[in-house]
Amino acid sequence: MRFNDVILQTVTKAVAFIILTFSIYIFFAGHHDPGGGFIGGLMTASALVLLYIAFDMDTMNKAIPLDFKMVTAVGLLTAVLTGVGSFFFGVPFLSHTFGYFDLPVLGETELATAVLFDIGVYLTVVGVTMTIILTIGEDEG
Amino acid sequence: MTLLHIIILAPFILAILVPFLYKTFRNIHTGWFVLPLPILSFTYLLQFISNVSGRQPVTATVPWIPALDIHFTVYVDGLGLLFALLITGIGALVVLYSIYYLSKKTEALNNFYVYLLMFMGAMLGVVLSDNLMVLYVFWELTSLASALLIAYWFHREKSLYGALKSTLITVSGGFAMLAGFILLYVITGTFSIRELIGQADVVAEHTLFLPAMLLILVGAFTKSAQFPFHIWLPDAMEAPTPVSAYLHSATMVKAGIYLVARLTPVFAGGAEWFWLVSGFGIVTLFWGSFSAVKQTDLKSILAFSTVSQLGLIMCLLGLGSAAMYYGYGDESLIYTKAVLAAMFHLINHATFKGCLFMVVGIVDHETGTRDIRKLGGLMTLMPITFTLAVIGGFSMAGLPPFNGFLSKEMFFTGVLLATKLDIFNAETWGYLFPVLGWIASVFTFVYCMILVFKTFTGKYQPEKLDKKPHEAPMGMLVPPIILASLVVVFGFFPNILSYTILEPTMASILPALVGPNEHFIVHITFWHGFSTELFMTMGVVGLGTLLFVGLNRWTGVYGLFPQRLALNHLYDQSHIGLERFSSRVTRLHMTGFIRDYLAYIFAFFIVILLSALVLLNAFNLEFVHSAPISFYELILSVVMVIAACAIPLAKTRLMAIIAAGVVGYTLALFFVIFRAPDLALTQLIVETVSVTLFLLSFYHLPELKQEMSKVRFKLTNLLIALGVGLTVTLIAFSAHSTRYFESISQYFLEASYKEAGGKNVVNVILVDFRGFDTLLEILVLGIASLGIFALIKLRKPRGNES
Repeated sequence: MRFNDVILQTVTKAVAFIILTFSIYIFFAGHHDPGGGFIGGLMTASALVLLYIAFDMDTMNKAIPLDFKMVTAVGLLTAVLTGVGSFFFGVPFLSHTFGYFDLPVLGETELATAVLFDIGVYLTVVGVTMTIILTIGEDEG
Repeated sequence: MTLLHIIILAPFILAILVPFLYKTFRNIHTGWFVLPLPILSFTYLLQFISNVSGRQPVTATVPWIPALDIHFTVYVDGLGLLFALLITGIGALVVLYSIYYLSKKTEALNNFYVYLLMFMGAMLGVVLSDNLMVLYVFWELTSLASALLIAYWFHREKSLYGALKSTLITVSGGFAMLAGFILLYVITGTFSIRELIGQADVVAEHTLFLPAMLLILVGAFTKSAQFPFHIWLPDAMEAPTPVSAYLHSATMVKAGIYLVARLTPVFAGGAEWFWLVSGFGIVTLFWGSFSAVKQTDLKSILAFSTVSQLGLIMCLLGLGSAAMYYGYGDESLIYTKAVLAAMFHLINHATFKGCLFMVVGIVDHETGTRDIRKLGGLMTLMPITFTLAVIGGFSMAGLPPFNGFLSKEMFFTGVLLATKLDIFNAETWGYLFPVLGWIASVFTFVYCMILVFKTFTGKYQPEKLDKKPHEAPMGMLVPPIILASLVVVFGFFPNILSYTILEPTMASILPALVGPNEHFIVHITFWHGFSTELFMTMGVVGLGTLLFVGLNRWTGVYGLFPQRLALNHLYDQSHIGLERFSSRVTRLHMTGFIRDYLAYIFAFFIVILLSALVLLNAFNLEFVHSAPISFYELILSVVMVIAACAIPLAKTRLMAIIAAGVVGYTLALFFVIFRAPDLALTQLIVETVSVTLFLLSFYHLPELKQEMSKVRFKLTNLLIALGVGLTVTLIAFSAHSTRYFESISQYFLEASYKEAGGKNVVNVILVDFRGFDTLLEILVLGIASLGIFALIKLRKPRGNES
């Protein structure tokens, strides 16, 4: 399908940027406030869907040359590897830990290994949603 | 996490890297990167010989899912070490061989080595795990890797057929085995093999003893291609030859033997185990060797030969289990010899069969055919390969001075012992063992001679060959030369293995029969006098030579066997029948209308759920604890009801989609009111995405037609809708009014910040407390997306559908 809607496209550029930023914020906020990998991923996916609707497929494929099946795979692998990682410390599969660190700019920040796992969830959700939507969207039959 | 765990996991880690190595270093054969791993693992594992021969087995544990008693425990004792050495040792040779066998220009090497490494790791996991569940996981992984390797040349119809067949048979056997493991857990309360062995007497007296044993034996028999499950192995020969040499002769098919040997201390000592293991073994031995003679394809001969040799080892393990019946004492020591013979033959089989597979691979590679009717007279053209074939073939036939002779003599000793048994009715039926064993050995001799002489001697027929044959490159010859030299070395010096490998292995199979500081006496001699065994071998050679010379005169007997009764025919027919049946059932309900599908699903839902709950009188409706309904909630509910009713009445699709969206967004508002911001957020986004998707899909569809927009009052639809609504409402109310336990939400509220450092309980539950669920959920999501992708992208073009 090919739209040529200038208003939609201009607005989408700004809105998608806001949604993407917010989705990343909400992803990191996840441990203490509403948010996390699932919602962050869904939100990112929705921003991308918006972009795909406003622009046509070819333009988007050039702008984001990503195979979303690969994103799913990377996400799953990240999640599994964070789980396996706990073996190196002699604790059961998928054990998490956290600590407080003094980082430049951010000040005292909590870092949790659960975030790594959440990144896996995030990537998987983005990959899965986009794979499904794009596959249906591209279908000519 | 110790180095032992790394040994098991290293192949998997390397497997992840292989595709990148393959793409980056196109000019170097990927096999060269893989080769160091098995060599290093092999040399590392060698150091444990001193541990196991000194009765100091090594263990290391990493908790995996402690709540379910599943630990990744590595346990190295004699039996595990023997197999681990075979896997890494033969593995190294096979990888070296494959470098020359598979061309780096035309083959998808990245796939090949990923599968091969996956297999290697899985197999190491099987033989070194102490936990039955971990063993099971690795066990099924070997089936999976094997299927991928068999289907490696996936454009060939036969490869896919073979892969499907082996998967169907070995995986269903695996399921049976899983059930058996769970029964063992029910009996003893542990998944650890060592603890199981400690509780062997508890197991033996339990009513579930026999079911558990039978289920586990099904797993072992399917994997080790025992009659009647052997039919998958010949078809598995569609895999590349290095794979056949590795999986289907040296390692994977021996997993069943490993399992039988490993669980001998738990199950042996009774008549059932004795008769089942040795009976299936001897029948497989006989049937495999009998069928091998009629094959014309070199690899098929070897496949049936493997089937029969696995039967031989299985039979010996069964006979050896008689030792457990007699218990600690002199009488049992005689029967331990059968176990010794089994383990010695296992090693010998790996050496000579591996060598022969590689020889056949060379012949195939250099002439372009494996059909013995086309081959002949290659002796002068391929002298080294011929020599290797003679060593391997004569060893398999049981001729001196090779190692096969020794283990064949020991096998005869074993079957002769069966006649002397006075237990389990062996005094009458026991005579079948030497008779069947001897006949099988005659056939073994015949097919070995066919293998060697039909290929390398006789008339040279260059016009029938695709290529002009010449000797193989050196790299391809080195692995079989190493194996052939082992055949000779083990033949002349069998006792180098006695106390290093064989004795510790026997001690782990028969732990009850040897004290902590005692040793079995293992002394294998080349010359043991003019015994019955020697005369039996002479008879084998005599009759075998006669049969081989007069081959054409008696092979007619194979034609007498009706094809309709063959097991393969049975498999194919049941397969076809199942497919027909399922497609008929599918055609019955797959109408192509989504409304029908939804009607089935919801009708099923109502019938099963509502009727079950009503019959069990499970509804408990109390409104005492219900909170008052606020004004906002009332408004939202009314909006929701109106929107829902608007959907079926909508004149255009757009209206219907918007109405459905209103229902979803109102639900999100409910979540806001009930202070569940996480759910509200998710609901909002899901709603947005799905409404967009609906719009996207409906964009392509025509407008609702006039006659369709007239809402036909469908009684069934209304009834189903009302039924679902009623069921869900009743369940919701009754769930609210039933409180059998204290809610665990308080625990999560208290623990989430203390233990996981997160204030958002929902997220903490998702990633910390129930991370395993989340992991599997996203896995399901990933598979679902691949499924949708495959369904839409990979379907046949329109008009081409069958």
